Amino acid sequence: MRTPLFILCEIVVAAALYFGLRQFGNDYVFFASYTVLQFVVLATAWNILGGYCGYVNFGSSGFFAIGAYTSVYLYTIGQNIDEVVPEAWQGVMHAIFPLPVPVMIVCAGIASGLIGLGTGYLTLRLRGVFFAIATLALAVVLQTFIVNWAFVGGSRGAYIIPPASVPILGPYIQYLFVLMLILTIISLTCARLIERSRLGVGFSTIRDDEMAAEACGVPTLKLKLIATVVSGALMGMAGAPLPFYMGFTVPSAVFDLSYAVNSIAMPMIGGTTSWVGPLVGALLLGSLQQVATVTISSALNLLIVGLLLVGFVIIAPNGIVGLLHGRIRKRSKL
Amino acid sequence: MTEPLLRINQVSKRFGGFVALDTVSLEIAEGERVGLIGPNGSGKSTLVNCICGTLRNEAGSVTFDGKPMNGLNAHQRTRAGLARSFQLPRPFASMTVSDNIRVPLLYTVQARGGEHQSATALDDRCVELLKLVALDDKAAKNPLDLTQVEMRKLELARAVATEPKLLIADEAMAGLSHSEVEDIVALLIRLNERGITIVMIEHIMRAVMSFSQRLVVLVSGKKIADGLPDDVIKDAEVERAYLGQ
Repeated sequence: MRTPLFILCEIVVAAALYFGLRQFGNDYVFFASYTVLQFVVLATAWNILGGYCGYVNFGSSGFFAIGAYTSVYLYTIGQNIDEVVPEAWQGVMHAIFPLPVPVMIVCAGIASGLIGLGTGYLTLRLRGVFFAIATLALAVVLQTFIVNWAFVGGSRGAYIIPPASVPILGPYIQYLFVLMLILTIISLTCARLIERSRLGVGFSTIRDDEMAAEACGVPTLKLKLIATVVSGALMGMAGAPLPFYMGFTVPSAVFDLSYAVNSIAMPMIGGTTSWVGPLVGALLLGSLQQVATVTISSALNLLIVGLLLVGFVIIAPNGIVGLLHGRIRKRSKL
Repeated sequence: MTEPLLRINQVSKRFGGFVALDTVSLEIAEGERVGLIGPNGSGKSTLVNCICGTLRNEAGSVTFDGKPMNGLNAHQRTRAGLARSFQLPRPFASMTVSDNIRVPLLYTVQARGGEHQSATALDDRCVELLKLVALDDKAAKNPLDLTQVEMRKLELARAVATEPKLLIADEAMAGLSHSEVEDIVALLIRLNERGITIVMIEHIMRAVMSFSQRLVVLVSGKKIADGLPDDVIKDAEVERAYLGQ
């Protein structure tokens, strides 16, 4: 399928989803679906570096939090222009601020992409376990930094009071949901484009054997940096609307372990070799967690993820997509 | 005398306190077939790694095709026309055999020429290269399903796909049977006739003697002999290194 047609299909499915959810006449379904979509973006972003290149990133929550705190930062500036901006600029700033959320998403993508570039440059010479530990350390360093940064609320947290509603769509949560739908379309398109391009071939060679890749002329460091930047930027973009969704942003919630764990577990369970895997994994696991939160208990979430991950690693190491592929191949041989 | 294709000048490499290469100098002219031999641990593979940029040499310089190679990454050297095969085959296990060949076509040949070959031109070139090593009927297979000799042929085909000026075959024949060795030697000679300069690193003397026009011997990181194969193997120092005193 050609890319424009693929994007058209995505838009049709997204529109169907939005209007379908509206039929419930209840905003809770939007709150729940927003979280699931957010995980689709996170899982797809993680998979660009983790699945295609084979570099396991434990610091997803760090990139996600950069996005969220970029929004908090820009929002706080907008609230305090008279105090923080030199007088000469105040007029201009008043005209620009408050920034609309889509602009904040773009800024968040740039910020986390740049952090991705920096981290990548420092850590990508490390292989396997060492790279994973370095990304974990990145999340810890960033959290310490945010906790001690009073301007964005520090450990007290920051309030963002979103408006109750927006024109046309109605309730604000529907606006955030539509933004997350658009982000989902962007990230899936991005992942699929990479997969089918020369870049995707290069990424696979890095996952398979870096030394052989270099010998074939693949500039491995450059490609790994591209992967880290794209992956980090998408994660940051996924985090940008979060302060508006939660209303109250604290570091402990944004740097939560569940973001890092889920963005690894979802591609693993879905399958890491194609863009379909993270989508399937995130939809399945994300929805399951939402159902469990309502019906059983909200503390059960990570337990479910953990058990499923263990199960899948044993039964289907290539994820659901790998399992289906195997079935089809076997049937075609018979 | 014209400038040699590859000039290795006083190259040294140490791992901690162990001197793997000790001021090795070597020149290889265009079109030559050179054999490089030496006992295990004599530094042959380290020398290859220093030439190809996988390892960085601490002292000395490598000049290839008139251009200094020091400071260049492995992929930059590959694009300059320096190809190698690995001692232990390192196929891309998640791709088919023909996709393995496609990687150097995409990343070296296209990157070098800047031209974007069409999809069909790429496919044709893949088939052509696989025919060269008689693997065309295995194109859709996974490289891990290949036999040892087929895997080595894939390794060579992938190196040849970069359209190199110099090919370094690092023990492409270890562990193969008599007829398989002849198969590979014939392939290498065929490649040489197409204008590729070849350095063959090998333990199998029969292969080395039938292939090489010149023989270089490395012992304990030092070059101890360099000359016509028949003269070199009669050399007293070489005999001592191989057979002991």
